[in-house]
Amino acid sequence: MKKVAIIDYGMSNLHSVNRALEYVAGNDWQVVVTSDAQVVEQADKIVFPGQGASGECMRLLKAQGLDAAILKTIHQRPFLGICLGLQTLLTHSEENGGTQGFDIIQGTVKRFVQPLRDNQNHTLKVPHMGWNQVFQACDHPLWRNIPDGSRFYFVHSYHAQPDDPQYIAATTPYGHNFTSAIAFDHVLAVQFHPEKSQRSGLTLLKNFLDF
Amino acid sequence: MGLAKRIIPCLDVDNGRVVKGVQFIDIRDAGNPVEVAKRYDEQGADEITFLDITASSDNRDTLLHVVEAVARQVFIPLTVGGGVREVTDVRRLLNAGADKVAINTAAVFNPDLVAKAAQHFGSQCIVAAIDAKQVSPLRWEIFTHGGRKPTGLDAIEWASKMVALGAGEILLTSMDRDGTRDGFDLALTRAISEAVTVPVIASGGVGLLQHLADGVTLGKADAVLAASIFHFGDYTVGDAKRYMAAQGITVRL
Repeated sequence: MKKVAIIDYGMSNLHSVNRALEYVAGNDWQVVVTSDAQVVEQADKIVFPGQGASGECMRLLKAQGLDAAILKTIHQRPFLGICLGLQTLLTHSEENGGTQGFDIIQGTVKRFVQPLRDNQNHTLKVPHMGWNQVFQACDHPLWRNIPDGSRFYFVHSYHAQPDDPQYIAATTPYGHNFTSAIAFDHVLAVQFHPEKSQRSGLTLLKNFLDF
Repeated sequence: MGLAKRIIPCLDVDNGRVVKGVQFIDIRDAGNPVEVAKRYDEQGADEITFLDITASSDNRDTLLHVVEAVARQVFIPLTVGGGVREVTDVRRLLNAGADKVAINTAAVFNPDLVAKAAQHFGSQCIVAAIDAKQVSPLRWEIFTHGGRKPTGLDAIEWASKMVALGAGEILLTSMDRDGTRDGFDLALTRAISEAVTVPVIASGGVGLLQHLADGVTLGKADAVLAASIFHFGDYTVGDAKRYMAAQGITVRL
């Protein structure tokens, strides 16, 4: 049986991700939630869901040696970052007065600047919370059986801006089109929450296990 | 298109059963919460909210089991509220499978609870539940204990304070309208929605699909919550979404 490790750095509510992966895993995959760097390094696939503030996230990852485990494995086997798990892949975040990320993808994480308006001039709230459309920017196995423009559930106030647009796997309109998914070798990352996005989300998680 | 307005069925849970009263009396049984939640998920609900109205704290664990059972089968956001008094209550609900926890009366007596919970678990999972009642034209105050006890707190100022302390969303219930089926208090909804930067869920009074649409267009709500129109089969969540879409409101169909 192959193993998919969900990285638990101690701040994030991982139950939803765990339940959703177990729901799609079938008999082929064992899903483990772990804060043990060795378990992460030995897993066949890695899921890194993040919530909360990025400064605290990076600090907790370092304190548990999980940052090294991520850097060691990320170029070797499939990796799925979710929400803050996407944002920490970039070079730098504006959050918490400036936080260094893993710099796996060069770029910055920026806050949605208010006042934010849609194309009908309605004021948009921050956090960006709810179901928004994900427009696929490339053909990728992650999107298999997911129609372009499908809605996924988002909750976030910051968004990633990769320097090189070739890493952008999807965009979503909120005031402007922001990067809602990244794909680069085996590294996949989404700003939305597939574990809370009903059928489309479960399909995406299944696609990741099949990837 | 862009971000969809959310439709949120609300399940009042007492001793492990879904119930719905009219202004907190005449409670009617509306089914098993797991089955009801699954039905709403299949109908296209954008989130589900559970409010624990169990009077006795002995029976509170019942709700944790309900949340656990629902979270295993329903993969949309689940908000749970009712009886949340301490940070440990928030943790227990999140561990059971809630994605967001609504803090109501306890915030009035201990606003620091909202700040602490937001610091521990992140603003994204802390919902400030506000029960407001009109006291004069364009003034609403916070009431506790099912709308019986006044606090003298101005609802708009209170909502802003909750956001400043870290609440990521406001669940706004008009105690004048709750259970009446006369529609949301649109002036209240609009006043709060325009005063805060975070999303506002309108609640209390839905009896017709037009009320849901009005909550968004006239009340400026980001999400609308309803219970009885869905529980007793008057309308499905899908009916509500198609009705709103026909009026040009962006929904997830």
